[in-house]
Amino acid sequence: MELELNGQRVSVDPPPGMPLLWVLRDLLGLTGTKFGCGIGACGACTVLIDGRAVPSCVVRAADAKGRKILTIEGLASGETLHVLQRAWIGHQVPQCGYCQSGMLMAAAALLARHPDPTDAQIDAAISNLCRCGTYPRVRAAIRAAAQTDGKSK
Amino acid sequence: MRRRSFILGGIGLGGALIVGWGLLPPRSRLGTRETLPPVAGSVALNGWIRVDADGTIAIAVPRSEMGQGVYTALPMLAAEELGVGLERVRVEQAPLDAIFGNVAVLTANLPFPPDEAQTVMVRASEWIVAKLARELDLQITGGSTSVRDAWQPMRTAGAAAREMLLAAAAKRWNTAPSQCRVADGVVRHLDGRSVPLQDLIGALREVPLPSDVRLKQMRYFKLLGRPVPRLDVPDKVTGKARFGIDLRLPGMLFAALRASPTIGGTLRHVDPGPALAQAGVVRVSTLPAAAGSAPAVAVVAKSWWLAQQALAKLRIDWDEGPNGDMSTDWLFARLRGALGAEEGFVFLERGDGEAALGRAVQLIEADYRAPYLAHAALEPMNCTARFSNGRLEIWAPTQVPSVLRHVAARAAGIGEDRVKVNVTLLGGGFGRRLEVDFVPQAVWLARDVAPAPVQLIWSREEDTTHDFYRPAAVAKMKGGLDASGMPFALVAKIASDAIVPQYLKRTYPSLAAAGGPVLGATDKTTVEGLFDQPYEFEHSRCAHVERHSPVPIGFWRSVGHSYNAFFMESFIDEMAYAAKREPLDFRRLLLANRPRHRAVLELAAARTRLRRLGPGRALGVALHEAFGSIVAQIAEVSLENGAIRVHRVVCAIDCGVTVNPQIVAQQMESGVVFGLTAALYGEITISGGRVQQRSFPDYRMLTLAETPSIETYIVPSQAAPGGVGEAGTPPIAPAVANALFRLTGRRLRSLPLRLAGS
Repeated sequence: MELELNGQRVSVDPPPGMPLLWVLRDLLGLTGTKFGCGIGACGACTVLIDGRAVPSCVVRAADAKGRKILTIEGLASGETLHVLQRAWIGHQVPQCGYCQSGMLMAAAALLARHPDPTDAQIDAAISNLCRCGTYPRVRAAIRAAAQTDGKSK
Repeated sequence: MRRRSFILGGIGLGGALIVGWGLLPPRSRLGTRETLPPVAGSVALNGWIRVDADGTIAIAVPRSEMGQGVYTALPMLAAEELGVGLERVRVEQAPLDAIFGNVAVLTANLPFPPDEAQTVMVRASEWIVAKLARELDLQITGGSTSVRDAWQPMRTAGAAAREMLLAAAAKRWNTAPSQCRVADGVVRHLDGRSVPLQDLIGALREVPLPSDVRLKQMRYFKLLGRPVPRLDVPDKVTGKARFGIDLRLPGMLFAALRASPTIGGTLRHVDPGPALAQAGVVRVSTLPAAAGSAPAVAVVAKSWWLAQQALAKLRIDWDEGPNGDMSTDWLFARLRGALGAEEGFVFLERGDGEAALGRAVQLIEADYRAPYLAHAALEPMNCTARFSNGRLEIWAPTQVPSVLRHVAARAAGIGEDRVKVNVTLLGGGFGRRLEVDFVPQAVWLARDVAPAPVQLIWSREEDTTHDFYRPAAVAKMKGGLDASGMPFALVAKIASDAIVPQYLKRTYPSLAAAGGPVLGATDKTTVEGLFDQPYEFEHSRCAHVERHSPVPIGFWRSVGHSYNAFFMESFIDEMAYAAKREPLDFRRLLLANRPRHRAVLELAAARTRLRRLGPGRALGVALHEAFGSIVAQIAEVSLENGAIRVHRVVCAIDCGVTVNPQIVAQQMESGVVFGLTAALYGEITISGGRVQQRSFPDYRMLTLAETPSIETYIVPSQAAPGGVGEAGTPPIAPAVANALFRLTGRRLRSLPLRLAGS
């Protein structure tokens, strides 16, 4: 099977029914996308498929065929960090860091749809769970990234 | 039995163990050039610090990074004395060595109230316990002790290394070390010459380790006290950070397991056939109970998902064991029965104790309770092990590498010297990763598939149903006011299981057998935050009734403080209303001789007043001292469609000298969210001997949308550093409960906080 992953075509031969998460982690060695619950409830495994944030633990890899998959490993453009990654560093968001890949991907999908999101839009888009309680900084960093992006355009 | 005789017994036990091991020389924690593993082209200056070939300073951190910022805060201690910025520092996880043992984690857990801290008996027992800690080589990240423990040794290591750099440069220039300074990655002569650190490596090999060094005075600190960015953040925004679950080794297999669904149940029979018939499955193993784990059936396969799928094909015949009727109702009834029937162990008795309540003009009495709680770290329990040529190597997100090595060696039947432990980043710890229940499981699986490495990962459901839960507790609080409405007596009695003896039984059974009764009854985690609370009462008493149950219990962020703060600060509020005083004023009254506590309270109050209270909202305050830090939180609360809504939390803290204010603020935010999750939703229930919650839908977490704004203010202090990883958690539940009382007139005395009909 061929997947379009982080702008590149990759060949992989997963067992039938294997979710995208495990194809990424166990077959392709891309461990930035995390396993948290396996039922799409925590958001640690969030990736973008055709720009939409989805929990990769409940999406079969076969169903992602022919669509553009973006993981945390592909969020930066080469050495240039995504505006959200820079905001995340600026606001010192991560603590343990385990949920942060999923948080960033959910935030990237949000900003792509709403370049200057309201609080309500942030509330609705970021349903990812963070046990360390980085939420206030996640909100602040998304706002800052939206401001930076707006200025740079 | 009373506290003192028990404690003396405990000191005797510690003393006996030390004598048993022979008289120990006083041991420096500086270490030697051989403590760190050698790296070509570099030079180790002591057990903590190495200068690498590119001039980078490698600093060994003997604690686990689980979000609390030790990979930044601890290097800052050494870098301050060394005179280098963090941009020139590389963090390395320290190997296992006695110099890295956590002494503070044991001395901080002696059952003495702060007022007695300077007495001879306390000093003597701290000294003995510190020696004990060094001999046990307890490399533990817990009890908010990382900075407290590293404060002296890591600054000393930095200062010693600085002296060596100066000596090496002085020799090169044929001048005195006093003519040289370390700055910006070079050693500079007063005349302007400079030499990069890497050019000193050869000379540094000849410079002896200094025997005595002087530490900087606080007023000359350049790094400590500044909001330095965390060193671990860049890799955590790019997906490069490697947690235990991310380890990949050539030929590695993956294992999934199912453990007995009933607490205390056993495996009767399983036919491995249906799993073995699945593609990619390598093996089915049965795993006996060990180190606190439940008996389990595991499937090893080429990917974790395949293992998990194959596991679902198995029909496992469990014997439910003796606890098939156990329920949370029964467990609470037992605790309440014990509370009424037994005197318990008295941790504190001051003045006339409970007898003083007979003179109360107004007697206030209330019963409280707190449920079992799961840790729910986002990275599920996992451990990777490889067995080859009689040697065992383990990679684990763990808070206790030394305990892990001990338990792994026992499981493998080999000496500890043949076990190598690698600590990875932790995707949350919160006390769950003080446990090593998954270690024998991984060791046995690795032996079954040797020499292939195997990564054991628990599913979320296994993680939730096989935790070591925050113990449930019930309390009876009594207070007395005199004729003028002044508070003069406080009596607290609680009933719960005790964690420390259970923990020792599953990790160091021989030590538990030797010291069992003493260690159990003096487990101060049961009453911390009650027996050592700061309010001054002429008469007071605090007792604990230990009631053991089969429910596995463990250390949960802030441990006993997590419920005792709720009991104490809610009850103080109750007393304030009974005395017809404002809750804030009532606290001021009881803190007349506690300037640090008052300052924290006043700072929180002053900052809260800067913003007008929204309509339909009320404020609640709580003040709590834990882990050497004092925290006040004021919560602004309303009801939205009958549900509790927290809008804003103002948090003030005195944590002694501040290492990194940015990390302190992060930890306060973290503590509030963690504590608020428990206060609003946290409850593990048991029915038919089984834990009923399985994953996030039924063990609910606070979300971003529900999170209040959180402001943190730090009281400047030059006192010894306190811990910040846990101190932010205890006050939030009572602060919210106290706000709800003001808002609704209803006093909620049971966690999680629930208004009828909501």
